[in-house]
Amino acid sequence: MAELATLQLQLVWDRLLAIVEEQAQTLMRTAFSTVVREAGDLSAGVFNTKGEMLAQAVTGTPGHVNAMAASVGKFLDKFPCATLNPGDVLLTNDPWDGTGHLNDFTIVTPVFLGEQCIGLFASTSHIADVGGRGFGPDANDVFEEGLRIPISYLFRAGELDATLMMLINANVRDPITAEGDLYSLTACNDQGAKQLLEMMVDFQLADLVAVSNHILTTSADAMANEISRLPNGRFENRMRVDGYDSPVDLVASLEVRDTTIHVDFAGSSPISPLGINVPLPYTEAYASFGVRCVVGNDIPNNAGSLRAVTVSAPAGSILNAESPSAVSARHAIGQMLPDVVLGCLAEILPDSVPAEGASCIWNPVFRNVPAGATGNAPFVEFVINPIYNGGTGARPGKDGLSTTAFPSGVRTTSTEVNEATSPLLIWSKEYLTDSGGVGKRRGGLGQKIEIAHREGAPFIISKMFDRISHPPRGRFGGGEGKTGAVYLRDGPQLAAKGRDVVPAGQTLVLETPGGGGIGRVAGRERTEVLADVRAGYVSTDAARASYNVDPDDAD
Amino acid sequence: MSDTYRLAVDIGGTFTDVVLERAEERITHKVLTTYADPANGVMTATDRVLEIAAADPADASVVLHGTTLATNAIIERTGAVTALLTTEGHRDALEMALENRFEQYDLAIDRPIPLVPRHLRLPVHERMDSRGEILLPLAEQSVHAVLPLLEEHAVTSVAIGFLHSYINPVHEQRVAAILRAALPDLSVTLSCEVCPEIREYERLSTACANAYVKPLMATYLASLQAKMGARGFACPVLLMTSGGGLTALATAAEYPIRLIESGPAGGAILAAHLAQTSDCSEVLSFDMGGTTAKLCVIDNGEPLLSRSFEVDRSYRFKKGSGLPVRIPVIEMVEIGAGGGSIAQVDKLGRLQVGPESAGSEPGPACYGRGGERPAVTDADLVLGKLDPTNFAGGSMDLDLAAAERALHSVAGPLSLTPQMAAHGISEVVNENMATAARAHLAEWGKATEGRVLIAFGGAAPLHAALLAHKLKLDRVVIPAHAGVGSAIGFLIAPVRYEVVRSRYMKLTSLDPSVVDGIMQEMRVEAQSVVGSVASNETLLENRKAFMRYCGQGFEIAVELPAAKGLLQASELRQRFDDAYRELYGRTIPDLDVEILSWTLTLSAPAPLTPIADNWRKEKLAKPVATRQLFDVVIGELVDADCYARDAISPGDFLAGPALVIEEQTTTFVATGFTGTVSDQGHLVLERHTGGRSDG
Repeated sequence: MAELATLQLQLVWDRLLAIVEEQAQTLMRTAFSTVVREAGDLSAGVFNTKGEMLAQAVTGTPGHVNAMAASVGKFLDKFPCATLNPGDVLLTNDPWDGTGHLNDFTIVTPVFLGEQCIGLFASTSHIADVGGRGFGPDANDVFEEGLRIPISYLFRAGELDATLMMLINANVRDPITAEGDLYSLTACNDQGAKQLLEMMVDFQLADLVAVSNHILTTSADAMANEISRLPNGRFENRMRVDGYDSPVDLVASLEVRDTTIHVDFAGSSPISPLGINVPLPYTEAYASFGVRCVVGNDIPNNAGSLRAVTVSAPAGSILNAESPSAVSARHAIGQMLPDVVLGCLAEILPDSVPAEGASCIWNPVFRNVPAGATGNAPFVEFVINPIYNGGTGARPGKDGLSTTAFPSGVRTTSTEVNEATSPLLIWSKEYLTDSGGVGKRRGGLGQKIEIAHREGAPFIISKMFDRISHPPRGRFGGGEGKTGAVYLRDGPQLAAKGRDVVPAGQTLVLETPGGGGIGRVAGRERTEVLADVRAGYVSTDAARASYNVDPDDAD
Repeated sequence: MSDTYRLAVDIGGTFTDVVLERAEERITHKVLTTYADPANGVMTATDRVLEIAAADPADASVVLHGTTLATNAIIERTGAVTALLTTEGHRDALEMALENRFEQYDLAIDRPIPLVPRHLRLPVHERMDSRGEILLPLAEQSVHAVLPLLEEHAVTSVAIGFLHSYINPVHEQRVAAILRAALPDLSVTLSCEVCPEIREYERLSTACANAYVKPLMATYLASLQAKMGARGFACPVLLMTSGGGLTALATAAEYPIRLIESGPAGGAILAAHLAQTSDCSEVLSFDMGGTTAKLCVIDNGEPLLSRSFEVDRSYRFKKGSGLPVRIPVIEMVEIGAGGGSIAQVDKLGRLQVGPESAGSEPGPACYGRGGERPAVTDADLVLGKLDPTNFAGGSMDLDLAAAERALHSVAGPLSLTPQMAAHGISEVVNENMATAARAHLAEWGKATEGRVLIAFGGAAPLHAALLAHKLKLDRVVIPAHAGVGSAIGFLIAPVRYEVVRSRYMKLTSLDPSVVDGIMQEMRVEAQSVVGSVASNETLLENRKAFMRYCGQGFEIAVELPAAKGLLQASELRQRFDDAYRELYGRTIPDLDVEILSWTLTLSAPAPLTPIADNWRKEKLAKPVATRQLFDVVIGELVDADCYARDAISPGDFLAGPALVIEEQTTTFVATGFTGTVSDQGHLVLERHTGGRSDG
């Protein structure tokens, strides 16, 4: 019965979506790398034997969206399905074959029903250390950034490639957790495979061919339908951000043509000598995410829906950095791309597109000054990597979200836990009044964080911050968000990126950026301004000066 | 002695249930919840059961009570005007929360609104460090300075939450003393008492939630106690907690946040009891109402417990869209799948069911109260699984034509007949529940195979057989009195109290005498609560440590031996490894382990001996009618037998397709299943392999 068959296909699709969610949950709970566990810096998906992605878990990082989808095709180019056997497991951390920097390991596992390979599971997670200079933007090429493994076998017919594992262990600073993370990736794929095989029995399927066709066609049609409602045309936007030692221009031209969208980044800045360059797969991921937030945002990600949006950037630009460019901190630029793309769409989707926000997460690495570095007695050893956020841009009809990650989906860690696991004291962590861009809809607030060493010892901060010189812009007459800042309370401003020592006894201050506003201030209701003043989001002075509302006036 | 009885009272969102239990009988009554003063509804229903039972209030040995009032107050934001006194520099911790979006692709989401607005989050000059050492002494004038503000804003309840108060509470305690001296009528909650755990956001959120409902619950509990007293009840009143244990009224008034979710906890306790008496070591309990379905894992007669819960998940019941509270809870997964869940076709042409619900007003289209969109109950009606003239004990007629009309919005776009659309809705909602069950079991490292499904709540018995089929479970139990299951759970629950302490330590530098000191301290605190209502001889003690590999982000609960004597690191390591392996399948031998928190629970079992339950097929039950059910395979209606639940008795059996109808619910016995009434009156469905299920 045809109608029943369609319903069955839907149930199989739903089951595949549930299987990859569970695959991702398993990975998140068993991972060692902090950003995987706390922030969900991982991805998980199921693919057909052609390497087309059928379903992907919605995780904390849009940065893997297309990147992992494209990655499996590259695995199959090298090791076609016909050559794979049960128990084989493949891996790579090549930034250009995987998800954009050496820390991300992608593992691919074929699934066999009897003798027949019916599909593959892939998962990616961020491993804390891969040798080299360590995670940060300070390398000049990818060779300085650590160990690079081309697409290879991790297991052959169930047998671990012990030589490869030894090599990895010998090249990373924390081999126990790296090995743990590789097993955790392997195990989450196995979990997915087990459930896929159960599903095949439950629905009496011999292969995924009909299911693939249904998923990919339905999704492609739905995306085509969404895009066809937009006017054809070319829409442009450019945004300047801080970069490492010189500003970076991100220039986009977005073309809507009937049922497809193409984003091209011609005109963007050339590659940087430092590790903020973005390999193309990562550019594709965040650019595509920017589109998908407002076009077809309820259509699941798979090869069918993803192919409706294509992305290009000129080779040699910062958004298509080729090997051996340094790419470790590619997120600092990559996370800006949704703002750039949304800016292109603002003209045709004014009721959906937010203003620019802080966008790049602020994830400083704090550690002790190494013994001997200052000639003093050794300091307590520690390393913590907290995540702080600025404000998001105002949304049409709604204010921006204060101190909230976007486009990243990360979570922050607790002040008490950071203080229990390090000698640092976070003396304050509060909203920064007046940091949200003014407008009919106000931008989200940034925050001010004051950090000192409990014993008054010096400590190191490694920074990958942005929007310190170039604020998030407002839209449709809304004001810009306040720029971020990093400085010593009794001393100078520090650079947005790179490593500094906070001298003994000093207090470090971080101010994350606020989001941009939307619409003219005149459009904001007096009651909304008064509520903001009452909460202290907006000062009395700013209410008068920016909104022309005097809180002391009786109504 | 034979005249004494126990009374259980469950106030739910819609109904208030009262059950009187005496010797071998249970007398139940249901009234609508009276929102103005819920104690009135309780007294009405109580009077009614006393009258039926011809019982005297003075003969009651105990009153057991659970209520959703605290939960409702939070969801509807009708609690007290509450202020938070917190460490200077950190008053936004409550609102910043985890700085994340719980939904990746929806730009328009709203973050949960804190129960205490920013202008009432007041800084106090003080500071502890993570070792409990005072960095800044408490500046008492900063407390005196906020007093006028509290009065100006008519604050009636205050939460005090300072950084690291879980390890050194003296500043919170001193501030509480100052407040109580200055404003004797003020309700005060200390974060170090309600949730002495590391992680400021979750602790402050818990303290504020407690403070927010405390005045309301104190008033209600006092009113109930007064009315019960006036009626002649001289026995103690014990309150059901979300952790599945009973606690004294005074404790409940102090920590009302522990009372949320007491209704579902009662249901889980009932299922756990059934699991013990029917010798089912591994169970999945399944409660499906009008809006949501809840699933709970029960192993060896004990429901899974945890310490984290979210109240008011306001975005599609999604994790992260609610307010976290750290209290002992029975761990359950809740999804938007109920009788009222709305079906629609999305832009991909996919049939979706829930989480949006028609609730009870207007309710499904077939209720005839203005609902026009198709709900799960409409689908069940069109499939023939509900008798339109015999629903809810005949108190309400269902409108079949309205249900069919409503189904057109789904049937049309999918080019299906109304029956086939109804079948699709049933399939999708069952698949959603099966998916939630699989994910929940996997999350806790539990196997699905071999579990017994225990189903209760209005809509669960109608869907249980099909859910069991999807999960490949061979047995389903529909308890007797499934409609007042929570109240019956209260009658079985133990008196129990859990105490928690956060003390960070690494296993390699563990000092067993420090651990022992913490345990003694917790034991004294638990005993002071439990000992007031239960005798000390029979108390069971349970200890846990919350441990993880150094640097990991999530702790796992590790059961510790209750025996006296010092606990050695090697034993802790062994137990951690075992627990970790059970959850994740492997261990990491060379990595150090750290402990963040410790809990100690004392319980006194309920005064009743479980009676072993058995069932055997003795005689074929007699149907009272036949109904036509839609058979999806042949695409036609087929005859199915209908049985009256109160007319079948132990030993009676029947074969699917069949319906067993009772006042509160209908059980659907699918093709391939048989149903047998057990000695204790429970309906046991067995799946016979080779059979198929239809929907």
